[in-house]
Amino acid sequence: MTVTAERPATKGFIGQPIDRVDGRAKVTGAARYAADAPVDAPLFAVIVQSTIARGRMTAIDETATRAVPGVVEVVTYKNAPRVPTLPFDFMVPVQEELAPLQTDEIHYDGQHVAAVVGTTFEAAREGAALLRIAYEQRDAELTIDDAHQVDLPAQWFGSDIQPRRGEPEAAFEASEVRIDATYVTPLENHNPLEPSVTVAEWRDGDLIVHDSTQWVRGTRAALAKHFALDEERVHVIAPFLGGGFGCKGFFWPHAAIAAMAAKLTNRPVKLVLTREQMFTSCGRRSSTRQHLRVGASRDGRLKSVLHDVIGESSRVGMFVESAGGVTEMLYDVPNVAITHRVARLDVATPTAMRAPGEAPGSYALGSALDELAYACGLDPLDVLRRNHAGTDPSNGLPFSSKHLLACYERGAEAFGWSTRTHAPRSMRENGELIGWGVATATYPAMRAPAQARVTIGADGTIDVATATHDLGTGMYTILAQIAADALGVHPDAVRVRIGDSQFPNAPVAGGSMSSASVGPAVQDAAQRAYREALAVAISSGASPLHGLTGDAVEARDGMLRAKDDPSRAIPYADVVKLAETGAIEVLGGAAPGDEDEKFSFHSFGAQFVEVRFDEELARLRVSRALGVFDCGRILNAKTARSQMIGGITWGIGMALFEETVRDGRFGAVVTNNLADYHVPVNADIPNIEVEFVEEPDYNLNSLGARGIGEIGITGVAAAIANAVYHATGVRVRDLPIVPEKLLGSAAV
Amino acid sequence: MPTADPSLAPARSTIPLTLRLNGREATFVVEPQVTLLDLLRDRAGLEGTKKGCDRGQCGACTVLVNGRRTLSCLALALPHAGDDITTIEGLADGDVLHPVQAAFVEHDAFQCGFCTPGQILSAVAVIAEGRAHGDDAIREAMSGNVCRCGAYPNIVAAIAAVQGAR
Repeated sequence: MTVTAERPATKGFIGQPIDRVDGRAKVTGAARYAADAPVDAPLFAVIVQSTIARGRMTAIDETATRAVPGVVEVVTYKNAPRVPTLPFDFMVPVQEELAPLQTDEIHYDGQHVAAVVGTTFEAAREGAALLRIAYEQRDAELTIDDAHQVDLPAQWFGSDIQPRRGEPEAAFEASEVRIDATYVTPLENHNPLEPSVTVAEWRDGDLIVHDSTQWVRGTRAALAKHFALDEERVHVIAPFLGGGFGCKGFFWPHAAIAAMAAKLTNRPVKLVLTREQMFTSCGRRSSTRQHLRVGASRDGRLKSVLHDVIGESSRVGMFVESAGGVTEMLYDVPNVAITHRVARLDVATPTAMRAPGEAPGSYALGSALDELAYACGLDPLDVLRRNHAGTDPSNGLPFSSKHLLACYERGAEAFGWSTRTHAPRSMRENGELIGWGVATATYPAMRAPAQARVTIGADGTIDVATATHDLGTGMYTILAQIAADALGVHPDAVRVRIGDSQFPNAPVAGGSMSSASVGPAVQDAAQRAYREALAVAISSGASPLHGLTGDAVEARDGMLRAKDDPSRAIPYADVVKLAETGAIEVLGGAAPGDEDEKFSFHSFGAQFVEVRFDEELARLRVSRALGVFDCGRILNAKTARSQMIGGITWGIGMALFEETVRDGRFGAVVTNNLADYHVPVNADIPNIEVEFVEEPDYNLNSLGARGIGEIGITGVAAAIANAVYHATGVRVRDLPIVPEKLLGSAAV
Repeated sequence: MPTADPSLAPARSTIPLTLRLNGREATFVVEPQVTLLDLLRDRAGLEGTKKGCDRGQCGACTVLVNGRRTLSCLALALPHAGDDITTIEGLADGDVLHPVQAAFVEHDAFQCGFCTPGQILSAVAVIAEGRAHGDDAIREAMSGNVCRCGAYPNIVAAIAAVQGAR
């Protein structure tokens, strides 16, 4: 039968700052990450990596390794199951086009060349340490300056990445004020606290994998292709992820190696990368060198921007750090030229790292606009305001919902920006120089098709299942809130199950699109479940709601009830009994339509930062940070605030600490640990204030929500570099801003 | 390539080890190179303790040894015979969370949760050590526990709230 009904009454859990529904599991140690998978008596695999950048293996001596008690197998190209090299594909997300352990060839330092399998981790580790490999080295190209092959890809992820509009060169030359500067950002590594893990087991020809992936369906697709299986025969499970930030979004070779080792030994195999191995095994952010030429009138209005980016990728995989993207759309500039070049080096393959493109691009552009402000003698915030784009200058489309000016206003007010004195080195307190900086944050708002299944059980509880992920983003919680509102129940009555390839399809947990994609799918499924329950409740003779029309009924407090007579009510559990099917189970989904032909979808924000610099100690600290964001409707005020604090913390790390140093002669990462690669620690991070301009964006989806995973980092490094200039008078154009770059700051 | 049948290879020496895990006596037979972390995770089934770097740089493996916070990845298991080890699994009283656990949930002092067991055990010890007086002191004392998600301000707030309620 067909039932028409209004949306069930909203109790309004969406947006509320409720505690994470998976919080108890995480604070008690009950949350099961991939390495904690409930697999009986697994073998342990430890990877051995190449120690040369290019060449081939001439001999592998396994004698000492196999003599270690407990070592049961050594997997190398000599005995590994044959698997094909897979080309990169959007649905088979192999970032590195290099099937592991298939040949003796070495393409970069840190390439997996063997896996030692033991009955204990200790045996495998000892065996791995004793494996002797002889190499024949060939000359390698290891720095952008060395590169002979430099690509100029026309497109990246469907976008033109060499765009031009107007007459940028001529307009730049004709501009009253010109900034011509090069900004450099280093290699960086994601360093989620959980190293990448694959626990693989073959059962009757099926492959079961517990994997630390941001995309169970993508991992399933790649493993199925590697082992020539139907996708249904590969089961990928990832209920909890110890962070990802992009390095677990694509498929990386270790997962295939774990499956190979399990196949060879006919036992479950647990493979956990070491922290050191993480630096070459699952991507990193490319370095960038960004040449910016900015032309403007004396009143700070942009006339032309030319943004030439060069980054790196490997010989065996392509990734473009598309730093010029922000320049194309962020400000109202009539003349623009952007180029992206990629030096192909004998190095490990880079990948997406939180706000790929936008993070380094917003640093360069945000710095250049601050330089412009000082060249014009203008307040930097005024320059940002003056160049505000009302429509997207890259395509002429209106923004779906843009409240960036409100972000600037609220941020300036809350930060106290009006009391800033303009001149560098003009603010001091307690002997320290103080600097205030501002920059714009931006990140595209994307969505992808997603599905979800909602089941109302015999006890009235709601089960939500979808193949999305919670990387710490709060996905479990917001999906419970969304389902609760659609069904008129409390979130405690909703059980959310995610991170399983057998659940309905969801996209990669990346690109800040999960909330905007999966949220509407769960909402749709929950609304369908409500309508099914409603149909039973008003058609069954045994129901107190029998005979009512759908729009005379509402869902509240776990019950369906008559709007005009709350005593006529039936709990979901009783509706399920009447349905006589044991449960009400529905599949729902949501997908983008043609809205991107009508609107440009982006989130925005304003980052305000205060730094303090002690000249005697050359000690630089971020002492205050404030981000005001325009990201549509916020689905959980508590977890959203946390995610933004995390993003800003990443921005502080990017600005001040983080750098993956690679030896330019031999290609090894020399900062391959957390003592040499500095991520922010507690004492580095001040109080961070976060505000949202909560304007729902219903042009993007039914929830009005845009994703918030990445925008938090954007603009932060620029705001810090600008604050450093304000404090010290030193313009640092290469990150990170370590103290030695400020030593010449003044007549100390 | 020569191969060795592992069943024929001489076994490494193994040594019995008895310690107290979350208040209960437990006995293992381990090789000398086994770390306290790998003992907990691979042999005692206490997988709440996490391995983030295995070289004492991240703090994810922090447990309490006789009440003192210890990086279990840098500690060999055998010297801890007779010691009293508290892991994240041993903190709650049945269904009642330890105040630090409850405060971490309330203040959203984590995101992915992977560093959280170590953060919480560190926090319990920092409070017990009397070092949780003031935000700056908390930041300093908690700086051995990396949180890559960047939950630091919320971690400070959670610890300050527990300290304030004492």
